[in-house]
Amino acid sequence: MWMSELPAFVPFYLAAVLVLITNGWLRNLILLATPVVAGLHLWFNVDPGLSIALPLANLELTIYRTDRLSLLFGYMFHIAAFIAVIFALHVRDTTQQVVGMLYAGSALGAVFAGDLITLFIFWELLAITSVFFIWARHSNRSLHAGIRYLLFQITSGMLLLAGTLIIYSQSNSFTFDHIGLNGLGSWLIFLAFGIKCAFPFLHNWLTDAYPEATPTGTVFLSAFTTKVAVYALARGFAGTEILIYIGAVMTCFPIFYAVIENDLRRVLAYSMINQVGFMVCGIGIGTALALNGAVAHAFTDVIFKGLLFMSMGAVLYRTGNMNGSDLGGLYKSMPKTALLCIVGAASISAFPLFSGFVSKSMIMSAMLIEGYDYIWLMLLFASAGVFHHAGIKIPYFAFFAHDSGIRTQEAPWNMLLAMTIAAVLCILIGSQPQYLYNLLPWEMDYWPYDMTHVLAQTQLLFFSALAFVWLNKQGLYPPELHSVNLDAEWLYRKLLPVSSHALLRQLNQIGDKVRLGKSVLLQHSRQLFGRFPLADYHLAASWPTGSMVLWIAILLGGFLLLDSLP
Amino acid sequence: MSSSKQKQHLFDNPRNVTRLLRGFYLVCAILLILDFVLHRHIAHSWESLPEFYAVFGFVACVLLVLIAKELRKVVMRKEDYYDVDE
Repeated sequence: MWMSELPAFVPFYLAAVLVLITNGWLRNLILLATPVVAGLHLWFNVDPGLSIALPLANLELTIYRTDRLSLLFGYMFHIAAFIAVIFALHVRDTTQQVVGMLYAGSALGAVFAGDLITLFIFWELLAITSVFFIWARHSNRSLHAGIRYLLFQITSGMLLLAGTLIIYSQSNSFTFDHIGLNGLGSWLIFLAFGIKCAFPFLHNWLTDAYPEATPTGTVFLSAFTTKVAVYALARGFAGTEILIYIGAVMTCFPIFYAVIENDLRRVLAYSMINQVGFMVCGIGIGTALALNGAVAHAFTDVIFKGLLFMSMGAVLYRTGNMNGSDLGGLYKSMPKTALLCIVGAASISAFPLFSGFVSKSMIMSAMLIEGYDYIWLMLLFASAGVFHHAGIKIPYFAFFAHDSGIRTQEAPWNMLLAMTIAAVLCILIGSQPQYLYNLLPWEMDYWPYDMTHVLAQTQLLFFSALAFVWLNKQGLYPPELHSVNLDAEWLYRKLLPVSSHALLRQLNQIGDKVRLGKSVLLQHSRQLFGRFPLADYHLAASWPTGSMVLWIAILLGGFLLLDSLP
Repeated sequence: MSSSKQKQHLFDNPRNVTRLLRGFYLVCAILLILDFVLHRHIAHSWESLPEFYAVFGFVACVLLVLIAKELRKVVMRKEDYYDVDE
């Protein structure tokens, strides 16, 4: 059937064009129908093992390749796009609506790319389309944040292209399969994936830009970019041991920042790095259980992180404020949003019966089986920390805590619907994990619900919560404050500008001195020359440069004329 | 929702907060006891320590918050810190 050979990004790109030329209910219908129809098509008509080649110049690009790994991400992106579209249904902004389709399509293009050149093309398209969600805020801050975001993303793309070309020159192949760390080309690609995955020190584009995007834009952003990177790592670098250590650092350092951060969407951005850290660890371990854990966690994370970003987006939409210091008591006016937010919080914290539990536990178990005891302790610390900053802090400071006095309306119906779908999925996956497990790419025999495991996780979480209660009662909990916390971005947002300004100033001063010295020298030599008798000769007078050019032209013209004579 | 200003909400009443907290403490206590009642199969020797997960969770979060507070002394700046040059 030819339809099954239609690459998954095509419906979304077509929809983007249709969205551009329609409006009103027809536009909304196209936005809603695209992920549903394309998703059902992918589910029913497309099997693993497909490979569609497209000749381009003298290259053969594999623009569409399906296997169980790419299909899982494909399903996930359709669900994410559908939820995000519903959440943003009230938005009347053509740019954001067109870009939403293009962005989701690019993510699909990237995960179904069979070669590195196709991957590169969609990798860059992801960057270029997504930045409009940041710029759509139309503020000076978002403009700058967007430019910084784009710089990181484009750098990542350039590294990917450079690495691809090096690998091609060595192996004469563009195929995107396991790469592994050997040689410069593979390291460049590793770094390219690392930027999009928000490796430590390369992570600030995420915490910088996501909180500056529009309330609905962040929901789109949170679903695609980092997950495409996780997919790329899982395909290219499964079992690369260094990833375990990188991932462990990613799970731990952001939680400290999340505790003291005031902007609640930035808290979620930090917690996103933490969650991606778990996935990176799983990819680094590289066993079937760990890899399944990594991709399953990507799947559940898209939904529960989306739910949390949606609930905060709804709060931002209704109150115009995202600071923990200014919010509080919103459960009185937005009780449904509060409840849905708590479901997301329980899922990200990996409470039994919620989705995070069934995916994260695979990574944790694999880690113990492979004997990484201390790294396992780090992840356990991070798990407790997630609950602390994302599970408790987010709902507590937005909806409870002290009453800020803000009285507003419940979120619009479309936002509530989108959040409800996500919340139902969180609970469904969490309580009936077999459906997700059946989709996982690698063979395994695992079941998360045994008594030991449930008890251990419940104890861990309840006593983390007890710590929060105790710290609050003792007055030890750090209050939410209007502030900026220095992170690695300080290097390029402060140190680099300040030092380059200082350097420029120094160079300017040196330049002034050189210019002064030069003019003194020139004056002296002119005076010296003036004393010679030759100075009176008319050729020694200063002629305009133009006259010299003219005479040279005449001379050359003469030569040309002489040369052309027979 | 003009009447919501006068409306008494769930946690406006301090007794409800106390009830919630008591229920929470009770669950914590039950979880502590369950550790001894239920037989757990252990994947790592650390897990055989009594109340390993409960103690770990509590200590981890207290440390997390206390270290984060210290971190604030190093990294916290005014809200317009980056806006000055941009």
